[in-house]
Amino acid sequence: MNLPGTGIIKGMVETARNFVGSYHDPERLTTIEYPEERLTQPENARSFPMLIFDDDPVKGLRCVACKICEKECPPQCIYIVQDRDERGKPRKFPRIFDLDISVCMSCQICVEVCPFDSIKMNTEFELSTDDRFGRLLLHRDDLAKSNEYYHQIHATEAAEVDARLADEKAKAEAKAKPAAAKPASPVPTAAKAAAPAQPAAPVKSPAADKPAAKPASPAEPAAA
Amino acid sequence: MRPDSAEPDLSALSTGDLVVESPAAVPAPPPPATSGFELTPKPATAPDADRGLLEVAIGPHHPSTHGVFRLNAVLDGERIVRFKPVFGYLHRNHEKIGENGTYLSAMPYTDRLDYFCSLSNNWAYALAVEKLAGLAVPERADYIRIITAELTRIQNHAALIGFLLQELGAMGTPLMYAFREREKILDLFEALTGARMMCNYLRFGGCRCDLPAGWLEECRRVVEGLPRFFDEFENLLSTNEILMARTQGIGVLPPELAVSAGVTGPMLRASGVNYDLRKVDRYGLYDRFEFRVPLGEHGDVYDRYMVRILEMRESAKILQQALREVPGGPIVDPKVKLRNFRPKAGEAYGRLESPKGELGFYLISDGSTNPYRYRIRPPSFINLTILEDMCQGLTLQDALVILGAVDIVMGEVDR
Repeated sequence: MNLPGTGIIKGMVETARNFVGSYHDPERLTTIEYPEERLTQPENARSFPMLIFDDDPVKGLRCVACKICEKECPPQCIYIVQDRDERGKPRKFPRIFDLDISVCMSCQICVEVCPFDSIKMNTEFELSTDDRFGRLLLHRDDLAKSNEYYHQIHATEAAEVDARLADEKAKAEAKAKPAAAKPASPVPTAAKAAAPAQPAAPVKSPAADKPAAKPASPAEPAAA
Repeated sequence: MRPDSAEPDLSALSTGDLVVESPAAVPAPPPPATSGFELTPKPATAPDADRGLLEVAIGPHHPSTHGVFRLNAVLDGERIVRFKPVFGYLHRNHEKIGENGTYLSAMPYTDRLDYFCSLSNNWAYALAVEKLAGLAVPERADYIRIITAELTRIQNHAALIGFLLQELGAMGTPLMYAFREREKILDLFEALTGARMMCNYLRFGGCRCDLPAGWLEECRRVVEGLPRFFDEFENLLSTNEILMARTQGIGVLPPELAVSAGVTGPMLRASGVNYDLRKVDRYGLYDRFEFRVPLGEHGDVYDRYMVRILEMRESAKILQQALREVPGGPIVDPKVKLRNFRPKAGEAYGRLESPKGELGFYLISDGSTNPYRYRIRPPSFINLTILEDMCQGLTLQDALVILGAVDIVMGEVDR
């Protein structure tokens, strides 16, 4: 049996070591003064989703309003209305894309299921506001972020996505070329096939498995 | 130290009305207590109906209850006569949500069960679904799962011991030491999964994404620093006289009672029962690693503390072995579809050794995209059921320490 009190003294020595260490050992200095100092976020960090556009913040949106993310979102925080032209024909563009970040739980499933690499996770976290209904319901224009911004926050992932999109675009063009070359007369159809090459994958029915079965996660750059 | 009720009386094994009664004492019910006091003491425990029993509701908002959780204590002075946990304040309909959504959409919700150990929860759910659908997991994915699960165990135990010491009155210091270390592990999780706590990382048949560049080196660095932390933590606490006085002989859980109440995890092992699913089921690739299962002798709070410390050391050993030999290859079964995932009709129960005990998911599939039945066996909920048995006859301060050592997270208890 030890002398009574030795255990406490041993613990005190440990705290003293930490206290003294905090003056010179960076291992013991674990906190930073947040608003002034900031840690760099890891590349994989995620907060809430955003929509990627290529050139124009409205016309260049990659989103085609296929509503897969709306359907798959576990807490159902996405609301999409597809745009229609003057004659009421649906356009591959979201007229409304609302995302309630007071409901969103940042699970990233929308990102994984999106076949068009259109929705990605933002890393912005300073989102507190006193306007519960206005600022926590993000609309399409709040969500739209440029591809350059995406490259800034998730460099590796964005490079993979760009490579994959370029690859798919090249494949789609290669497919469209022989189709256009063989039958001379149906040029309009061939042009139509080549025109939506920007989102690359064909959009026949949003529920089709094909585009979704292909992993949208950054995990399989080699497989894709 | 411990009063006589420690012997596992058969009536004490019931988890219903837990007041120990001797079968011989069946006198007429005593008249109601004086002055409109509604609580009629049980005849066997309170032969003297006049003694003033005091009913105190601790919680639901009380810092020592680990969340929104109420303890209805009936006190005789400072001694506990009855101790009823009341929970459900954090009920979120988790099981029904799991049944109404797709298999994948339940995965992020499992993060929120025991929010300290989201990666273990993910794994338990993935295990159940993989069993249901008959999926194989690539070797690399299994290694990643083991690494993340063991890191989870370490940070859970470290944080728990910190909280336990907080309840003993060690204001801040042990908790902050634990959190300093937990922070490093959470940083690893953030770099890997994108989130510190709500990781949502595992997928059926593998993991969501591969390890980022440099993650393994960073992880090795953290794991190498862990033994130093354990030594420091033990120097700080293990021989501390105050800790020993407050925990040794307190809250003794006899192994018979522990087994018959279905207690699992460090609580069960502290009572000396050698039951660790990593050894029993050998799920994942745990049979490849060498580690021991620490067991307690007395089943008191100190043993629970010590078992957790030793488990952290064993986890660090597993981590060192796993990090040495992470194989290459795919991280997910490419045949598994993310959407329209429909396992064949059937049922499966997947379980694993989560830091708190046996975490199981029971799923029934009817062949559609969502489970027909989705049921969770939450370890901390079941470990909580014997709280009153452990607290019988002790003082209120001891009861809070015992509660702290049960290691509950209300997200998992209430679901």
